[in-house]
Amino acid sequence: MSSVEYRKVSAVHGALMFVKGVAGVAAGDRVAIRDRAGNRRNGQVIKTSGDMVLVQVFEGTDALDRENTWVRFLGEPFEMALSPDLLGRNFNGIGEPRDGRPPIISKLRRNVNGSPVNPAARAYPREFIQTGISTIDGLNSLVRGQKLPVFSGSGLPHNKLAAQIVRQAKLSGETSDFVIVFAAMGVSHSDANFFEQQFETSGVLGKVVMYMNLANDPPMERLILPRTALTAAEYLAYDLDYHVLVVITDMTKYAEALREVATEKGDVPSRKGYPGYLYSDLAEIYERAGRVRDRHGSITMIPILSMPSDDITHPIPDLTGYITEGQIVLSRELQGRAVYPPVNVPPSLSRLMKDGIGKDDTREDHPRVASQLYASYTRALEARNLASIIGAEDLSQRDRRYLQFADEFENRFVKQGEQEERNIIETLDLAWDLLSLLPPDALGRVTEEDIQKYHSGKEL
Amino acid sequence: MGEVIEINGPIVSIHHPGILNGEQVKIGKLGLLGEVIHLREDHALVQVYESTESVKPGEEVVGLQHPLSVELGPGLLGEIFDGVQRPLQQILELSGQQISRGLDVPALDRDKLWHFVPSEDIEVGSQVVPGQVIGTVQETQTIEHKILVPPDCEGEVMVAAPQGDYSIEEVILQLRNPQGHVSKLKMYHKWPVRIPRPYAGRDPSNKPLMTGQRVLDTFFPLLKGGKAAVPGPFGAGKTMVQQQIARWANADIVLYVGCGERGNELVDILESFPQLTDPHTNRSLMERTFLVANTSNMPVVAREASIYVGVTMAEYYRDQGYDVVMVADSTSRWAEALREVSGRLGQMPVEEGYPAYLASRLAAFYERAGSVRTLAGDDGSVTLIGAVSPPGGDFSEPVTSHTKEIIRTFWALSKPLADARHYPAVSWLDSFSEYQLRAAEWWAANVDVNWSARREQALSLLTTAQELERIVNLVGPEALSSAQRWMLESAGLLKEAVLQQSALDPVDSYCSPHKQFKLLDIILCFYDEGADLINLGVPVEQLQSLPLIGELKRLKSRYSSDELDKITEFGQTIDDTLRVMRAEYSTNNREAEA
Ligand SMILES: Nc1ncnc2c1ncn2[C@@H]1O[C@H](COP(=O)(O)OP(=O)(O)O)[C@@H](O)[C@H]1O
Ligand SMILES: [Mg+2]
Repeated sequence: MSSVEYRKVSAVHGALMFVKGVAGVAAGDRVAIRDRAGNRRNGQVIKTSGDMVLVQVFEGTDALDRENTWVRFLGEPFEMALSPDLLGRNFNGIGEPRDGRPPIISKLRRNVNGSPVNPAARAYPREFIQTGISTIDGLNSLVRGQKLPVFSGSGLPHNKLAAQIVRQAKLSGETSDFVIVFAAMGVSHSDANFFEQQFETSGVLGKVVMYMNLANDPPMERLILPRTALTAAEYLAYDLDYHVLVVITDMTKYAEALREVATEKGDVPSRKGYPGYLYSDLAEIYERAGRVRDRHGSITMIPILSMPSDDITHPIPDLTGYITEGQIVLSRELQGRAVYPPVNVPPSLSRLMKDGIGKDDTREDHPRVASQLYASYTRALEARNLASIIGAEDLSQRDRRYLQFADEFENRFVKQGEQEERNIIETLDLAWDLLSLLPPDALGRVTEEDIQKYHSGKEL
Repeated sequence: MGEVIEINGPIVSIHHPGILNGEQVKIGKLGLLGEVIHLREDHALVQVYESTESVKPGEEVVGLQHPLSVELGPGLLGEIFDGVQRPLQQILELSGQQISRGLDVPALDRDKLWHFVPSEDIEVGSQVVPGQVIGTVQETQTIEHKILVPPDCEGEVMVAAPQGDYSIEEVILQLRNPQGHVSKLKMYHKWPVRIPRPYAGRDPSNKPLMTGQRVLDTFFPLLKGGKAAVPGPFGAGKTMVQQQIARWANADIVLYVGCGERGNELVDILESFPQLTDPHTNRSLMERTFLVANTSNMPVVAREASIYVGVTMAEYYRDQGYDVVMVADSTSRWAEALREVSGRLGQMPVEEGYPAYLASRLAAFYERAGSVRTLAGDDGSVTLIGAVSPPGGDFSEPVTSHTKEIIRTFWALSKPLADARHYPAVSWLDSFSEYQLRAAEWWAANVDVNWSARREQALSLLTTAQELERIVNLVGPEALSSAQRWMLESAGLLKEAVLQQSALDPVDSYCSPHKQFKLLDIILCFYDEGADLINLGVPVEQLQSLPLIGELKRLKSRYSSDELDKITEFGQTIDDTLRVMRAEYSTNNREAEA
C-alpha cells in the first residue's frame, strides 16, 4: 500500500477527478482521497497514462478543490474482506459498516469485480423453487441459480412481492434454506425499513447481509454496490456452500449513475443517453448468478427495476431482459383493479422453467398447462378487447365464455393474498379449474390424457 | 519491444516502433493478449481481449508478429472455445471456475494421438496443390477429418509419413515448393481469421437446409450455403430457433457461436447434446458440434473476434467437403463490440453510435457463407444464421436494417406471438425467403409436387385472415360472411396445427419434411372441403363444433414422423365425417328445391 499522498489534482467535475504528473498508476486501482475537511473519500482509477490519471470518486467531488485535496493511490484493486461474520450485517456500497459495528476483518480479500465465470464450469440450473405464488410457480417458475428480475414502476408493489418471495421461497418438500444478500440503491428510507422489518418479523435477520445506498446517499457509490454485494454472495455460495438469494433494487438507479459518469467522461451515447456498454456492464452484474459444477451453493438473483414511464422498451428493462433468464412484469392496470400481485402474464417469462418442471419436479402436466393458460388467456384478452368495441352482448357464445375465463383467471389465479402460500399442486389444480371453463377442443396445447384426467368436463 | 502509454478500458495505447496493424501483442506482466487496430505516428492502439485492470503505464509490450489466427486440425469437434479460440474445458482445469487472465493455452491438444491414414495419391515425388487432402483422421465416430494442404502451400513431396498414430505437432509431410523452400506439414495449420479461406469456385446449391421446423422449412426455407437472420426482441425465441437448428438440421457439422449472450445457454448445449441423437446419423449430436463462447460477461473485445474465429473454423470444415452450419447468437452483440471500440477510438458515429463501416463489415461477414467447390474439388458449404437483437424490438435500428439487406432468409420473430406462447414466434407476415423457388424444386422432386401450391394457399389464407381480423375488430364478427368466418376459423387451425411447434414437445420437436407436408395438406383439405359445404348451406357453427378440430390441433404431437400412415388414416376419418354432412345437405337441398 502506498503511503505517498499527492496534492496534484488538476481538475474536478461531477464524479471525476483528474490527477496530473503521477507515474505508474494501474487501471482499476483503488484511490483514497482526503478533502480539505479531513474527510476520506473513495475512488477508482478509470483511465491512466504517464502524465494523467482519471479517478472516479464514489462520494462525488462536491466541495473538493485543487489545492487542498490529497490523493493516495493504494496500489491495489478494489477488494473487500470476507468472513462468515458478514451475515446479519449492514454495509454501504463500498463495504463500510452502516450499523455502527466494527468493519469486517479477514485475511481473505477479493476483488469486487470478480472475473468472468467460465461457461464450461457452470451447471445448468434445474431445481424448482416454490414461491407459493401461482403466476410464478405455475406460469414462470423460478429455479435455483436463475436470474429473474421484476419489471415494475413507481407505486407498484414490487417490494411486497419481493418480500413475499423471500419469505416463501423453498425447494418443494424442504423448509427455507436460503441466505439473503440484499442490495439497495437509491431507495427511500421507508422502503429500506420495510425490508428490514420483513426480515426481522420472519426471523431471518441473522441470515441476511445488507448493502444499502439510500436515495440521499452519494449516487456514484451505486456503481460499486452491486459488485460488493455479489462478491459477498459468491463467497457465501461457493466458499460457505449456502444457497444465496440476492435481491437487488433498484437497477434503474444503478444505470442512471452509470449514465451520469459516462456523460461526464464523454463516452459516445447510444440510446436515451446511456452508453453503448450498458449491456456489458449490466451483464457483468447479472451473470454472476448461477450454479457451478461440483459446488453445493448457488446464487439466485431477483433484480428489481422500475421501468421509466412504464416503458418496457426503455434501455434499462430492455437490456436487462436481453441478459436475464426471463422477467416478471407488473401491470398498473391490474393494480388498479386491486389484483395483487399484479403480474402482467403475457410479457412475463421464465426461460429456465422448462428444465425445472414436469414429471419428476412438479407434475407431469405442468409444462402443457402453463402453455395452455398462456394461449387461452391471450385469446381471452382478444375477446375482452372485442367486447370493448362491439359490446359484450354481441359476442359469440364462445367469446363470452372466454370473457368469463379472463375475469376468473385474473381474480382467482393471478390474485392471491400477501400471506397466501399455494403449493404447486394447488396452483395446478386451480389452473385446471379455470381451463375447465373452456371446451376440450379449445385446448390444443394439452393432451387427450390430460383432459381426461384433469378437465372437469362440466361446462360441456 | 515496446511499452504501455495509456490504459482506457479495453483500449491500450502503446509505443512500439515497427509494429504492424493487425498484429497480435502481449501486454504487461500478465501477458494480456491484444490486437493492434490503429497506427498513429508515434504510437499504436491495441484492443485487448482481456480485462486491463491493474495494467500500468510503462509495462512492457511484445509484438507476436502474426495476426489473429486459429488452429485448424483434428480435435475441434465437441470442444468449447472462447472468443480467441482458447479451449475453455482446459482453462477450467488450469484456472478453476473463473477465467484467469494471460493464459496461453493452445486450442488443440498437443498430446493426443490421432490415427492418420495417408491418401493413396500421396507418395514421395508426387506434386501436391493447395487444399489437397493428404490423409484422414477419424475425428469422431461420425466425422472423418480430412487433413488438408494449407491453402498457401504446394510443392513436391519429399517425405511422407506412413499410416500410424501421431500427435498434431509431428510432421506428416515435407514439401519442396517451386522456389525450393521446404515446408513441413503437420496435421494442423493456422489461418488468419479476418481473411476468408480460398475455394475453387462458388456453386449455387439447391439443397434446402432442413431444420425439422415447419414454419422454417415449409414457409421460409433456407438453402445449404445460404445466409439467414433471426431478429426479435428478448424472449421471442431467437436462441431456441438457433438451438433447434443446431439439434435437427441436416448438416454435417454445426458450430454454435454464443456471442455476448448467456452462459447458461451454452451449458444447456454442453449438457444436453451428448445425450441427444442426430436424427440423420443416429449418433450423439455432440460428435458433429462445437462451440465458441464469449458470454455477455466476458471481455467485449473478444466478442468482436469470436465471429471471425467461428466462421474461419466453419470454412475449414467446408474445405473438407462438409456442409457446415454456423449459428451466431447474437450478431447485435458483435456489432455493439464494434461500436464500443470505435467509440473509444473517437471515430465519428453515424447512426445510434455505430461507425460508418458497420454495414460493410456485416456484409463481408455474411459473404463468407456459401456453397463452394473446394480447392480439393469437393462440394462443401457454410450456412450462416445470425440472431439479431434489436433494442426495444425495433426492426428499423441499424443492425437489423443493414442485416435485412444482406441476408436472403429473414425469420422475423413477433412479440405478440411469443406472448401467446406461440413458438416458434416466426411472423408469417414479416418473414421472407428468397430461396423459395429453388427449394420448391427439391420439395417437388422429393416430397410432393403440390408443395408450392399448398404453401402459397396457406400463406394467402393467413394474409386474408389477418385482414378479416381487422374488420372484426372494427365492426364485429357479424360483418363477415359464412365463407369468411370459415376462413378465419381455418387460419386459426393452420396456426395451431401447423405453424406452432414446441421445441419442448418430445414428439413434435423435430418434424420430417414428409410429415410437414402431410400436416399442411390435411388442414388445407379440411378447409377446402369445409368451404364447399358452406357453399351448400352448412352453417359455420356446425363445422366449428366438430370434435375432430380438437384432434386436428393435437395431430402433430400425437404421431411422430414415422407414423405418417396414422395421419393419412385420420385424413380418411375427416373425409368420412364431411361426406356424411354433405350427403345430408344435398338431400336437404333437393327436398327444399322440390
Ligand atoms: N420453439 C420453441 N418451443 C418452445 N418454447 C420456446 C420456443 N422458442 C422459445 N421458447 C420459449 O421462450 C423462451 C425464450 O426463448 P429464447 O430463444 O431464449 O428467446 P430470445 O433468444 O429471443 O431471447 C424460452 O426459454 C422458451 O421457454
Ligand atoms: Mg437469446
